[in-house]
Amino acid sequence: MPQIEIKSANAFYDKLHVLKNIELSVDRGEIVSLIGPSGSGKSSLLKMLVGLLIPKSGDVYLNKTLVNFNNQSDLRVIREQIAIVFQQYNLFQNMNVLKNVSIAPTKIQKRNPKEVNDQALFLLEKVGLKDKLESYPDELSGGQQQRVAIARALCLNPEILLLDEITSALDPELVKEVLDSIRLLAAEGMTMLIVSHEMSFVREVSSRVVFMDDGSIIEVNNPKNIFESPKEKRTLDFVGKILKDK
Amino acid sequence: MERLIEEIPNFFTIWNVIFLAKAMGVTFLLTAIGCIVGFSVGGLLAIFRKTKTIFLLPIRILIVIYTEIFRRIPFLVSLLLFFYVFQIIKISDDLFLIATITVCVIATAYIGEIIRSGIESINQTQWDAATAMNFTYYQTLKEIIFPQAWKVILPPAFGFFIMFIKDTALASQIGVMELTFAAKVLNNKGFSPLLSFGTILILYFILSFPLDRFGKYMEKKLASNRN
Repeated sequence: MPQIEIKSANAFYDKLHVLKNIELSVDRGEIVSLIGPSGSGKSSLLKMLVGLLIPKSGDVYLNKTLVNFNNQSDLRVIREQIAIVFQQYNLFQNMNVLKNVSIAPTKIQKRNPKEVNDQALFLLEKVGLKDKLESYPDELSGGQQQRVAIARALCLNPEILLLDEITSALDPELVKEVLDSIRLLAAEGMTMLIVSHEMSFVREVSSRVVFMDDGSIIEVNNPKNIFESPKEKRTLDFVGKILKDK
Repeated sequence: MERLIEEIPNFFTIWNVIFLAKAMGVTFLLTAIGCIVGFSVGGLLAIFRKTKTIFLLPIRILIVIYTEIFRRIPFLVSLLLFFYVFQIIKISDDLFLIATITVCVIATAYIGEIIRSGIESINQTQWDAATAMNFTYYQTLKEIIFPQAWKVILPPAFGFFIMFIKDTALASQIGVMELTFAAKVLNNKGFSPLLSFGTILILYFILSFPLDRFGKYMEKKLASNRN
């Protein structure tokens, strides 16, 4: 059963047409990766799913329910179920690590502070930052900040996790750690949409890969096919160029 | 110099001291009311101006017009404008009231702009993260934006407050008995300008110095980015 269904969605930044007739459905527990050149609309697609970019036309269904993007309570519902980790981490600069992770579950979701605190500690230990609880974002490296951002998203107990180029800022030795956490999440049945330029990562973790170019979805295929025998010439050009550069 | 020393006992009579203290009180009240009203109302204007809801659009337009007008008119001109408007429509001829209203109107426009630019200085990514986690507009401001914006808002705001103490001197032009006017009165009574204006110079300093210290204290307390 599709958990997310996007039907001919179009979205704009001012006059710039960033998403063109997007058709995509994602099943529960699937890991779908979005690849494509910069500016192809991958991040915009993720932003649309949390209502940071409002589609101008088309329909989005979450668990078979149509989302009305102009309705605040609908937006609240999708944001409760979908969490996003941003490329630039977007940690709250005025809060320490622990507060960054625990503020939304306590203040917004109104959950028990003790329970949230335990979960935050558990998650921060899992991403290897148990000794940084009191640190502020500007005292952390990019990789550390990104792991805090992942813990922060997970502490919201989302059903779906969106990852926007999360490995691009990580040190090579940390990429594996993050990969391990993500594999674990996949095993737990977390649905994920991942934007990444790390092709080996994409190939390893994805159930399906979506190739986007110029705001459109060009091809959806399994990881083996998309890298070895893509249907579309544009996919072949992109993948060929990326793999050659490596 | 000798004349000056001779004058001092005559200058600091009980009557003159009370007269100056009252004038200082008027300067203080004008500044304090202006700053407090300006900070609260200006803050509200800044918050409204950043909203995106379509039905608040008329309010946003009015705020922009108001701010842009009163930041561009010289203080003295606004003061005279209110003075004559009040006389024409006969609401009140209380000079202190007219000066207070003018001061509030000006301070609101200026401080509103300082607070708005403070809010704008915070990167959009902080808003995005908060919005994606279901923070409302006001929760985002309270928990995330203002705690980071204080360090951008407070130094120019307190700079403005201190400048404002001195600007209230212009109220003497419509006859409000504040420090500058009091000095003129004493000067007209025959006391030397050096003594009259020298005294209010010290009194202005006594008013502005603690405010400056208070500003530094608030900066340390609120703007440390660590809360």
